[in-house]
Amino acid sequence: MTEAVKGWDRNQMAARAAQELQDGWYVNLGIGIPTLVSNYIPEGIEVTLQSENGMLGMGPFPYEGEEDPDLINAGKQTITELPQTAYFDSAQSFAMIRGGKIAMAILGAMEVAENGDLANWMIPGKLVKGMGGAMDLVAGVGRVVVVMDHTSKHGESKVLRACTLPLTGKGVVNRIISNLGVLDVVPGGLKIVELATGVTEADLRAATEATIVG
Amino acid sequence: MKKVYGSAAEALDGLLSDGMFIAAGGFGLCGIPELLIDAIRAAGTKDLTIASNNAGVDGFGLGVLLATRQVKKMISSYVGENAEFMRQYLSGELELEFNPQGTLAERMRAGGAGIPGFYTRTGVGTVIAEGKEHKDFDGQTYILERGIVADLSIVKAWKADPSGNLVFRKTARNFNAPAATCGRVCVAEVEEIVPLGSLDPDKIHVPGIYVHRLITGPHEKRIEQRTTRKREAV
Repeated sequence: MTEAVKGWDRNQMAARAAQELQDGWYVNLGIGIPTLVSNYIPEGIEVTLQSENGMLGMGPFPYEGEEDPDLINAGKQTITELPQTAYFDSAQSFAMIRGGKIAMAILGAMEVAENGDLANWMIPGKLVKGMGGAMDLVAGVGRVVVVMDHTSKHGESKVLRACTLPLTGKGVVNRIISNLGVLDVVPGGLKIVELATGVTEADLRAATEATIVG
Repeated sequence: MKKVYGSAAEALDGLLSDGMFIAAGGFGLCGIPELLIDAIRAAGTKDLTIASNNAGVDGFGLGVLLATRQVKKMISSYVGENAEFMRQYLSGELELEFNPQGTLAERMRAGGAGIPGFYTRTGVGTVIAEGKEHKDFDGQTYILERGIVADLSIVKAWKADPSGNLVFRKTARNFNAPAATCGRVCVAEVEEIVPLGSLDPDKIHVPGIYVHRLITGPHEKRIEQRTTRKREAV
């Protein structure tokens, strides 16, 4: 690619992802940009955030001096509880994830393929930290939305015909929200749903290796 | 039968042997059995296989057993916070079996519940599924995962009564409940042992049948990532 088209920044991507939320949903937000989604939950929409270490009804960060070592999120950050909070153990937590009770997960991605394959946990030859709960989430929740940069630092597309990295899940992604726009996984490839501010369809196509249909 | 012991070392007396398999509770540094980990370090038990969601950090939690090279193999879902772990793993000194977090939790729960295996969609089509039995149910493919039965489980709770009934606090419950059930012997450490009858029987998180030995002591309860927000200006 020549000149990089920027499109949305991290907060704009998070704000766009927040538009995916529906009233009454139980939702799991991944680490990174997905965590920012909680800052943009639309007015009138009530969602309950699940933290897979054993909590429904995750509140904001605590005020300084009120941190509780017994109260953290899945990113190990100190958080707070809400009036509707419930705590449970890890087996119960993943029972509700695997059991399809969580309406949607918003996760980061290293690569996504046109068939919905997701890679976000491992780069061979590099430091491997582990998949955490990502494989369970993508296999179990109702809908998977990934929020990601469309291209690598070197300008290579991360929205691919086929993933090159080890998979987190096969055929699991429903929607991609990148800095360049929104795409849905549909039969035969990806369908453009929306273009980010200042991004043309030609820009999006040029930055996408995956097949774009429709 | 007396379950309350005077110290972590006393509670572990006769339970430790080289090459044994331990299941440990905790998520990150939250709700980890720090007193029992320290006592295992002091005992010098070697070649341990440990099932624990994480591997502690350098110098705290399971990180102390890695520093002393007492661990042969970890079964974990995420080990990103430990430099010594990475050094030993990359140099081939330490074996590592990655389990998806929910699969690890369910393996412990199943093992404790007398269920030797279960089918899950988690990991189908990934490296996790390689070499595992695949089976279709209602048009979906699942893989077979095994229940875990450990020689010993070590867990941390908030309160216990002398009969071993455990109560956890907030997100410190995490893997402690399933880990407590999957050990042939379970030793629990708590912040406070309260008199019989002072825990509400309707609010017991792990019934004492799963807990064989019990200790109390001061806990550091280190915070891994202190995140806060500013108070609104008045």
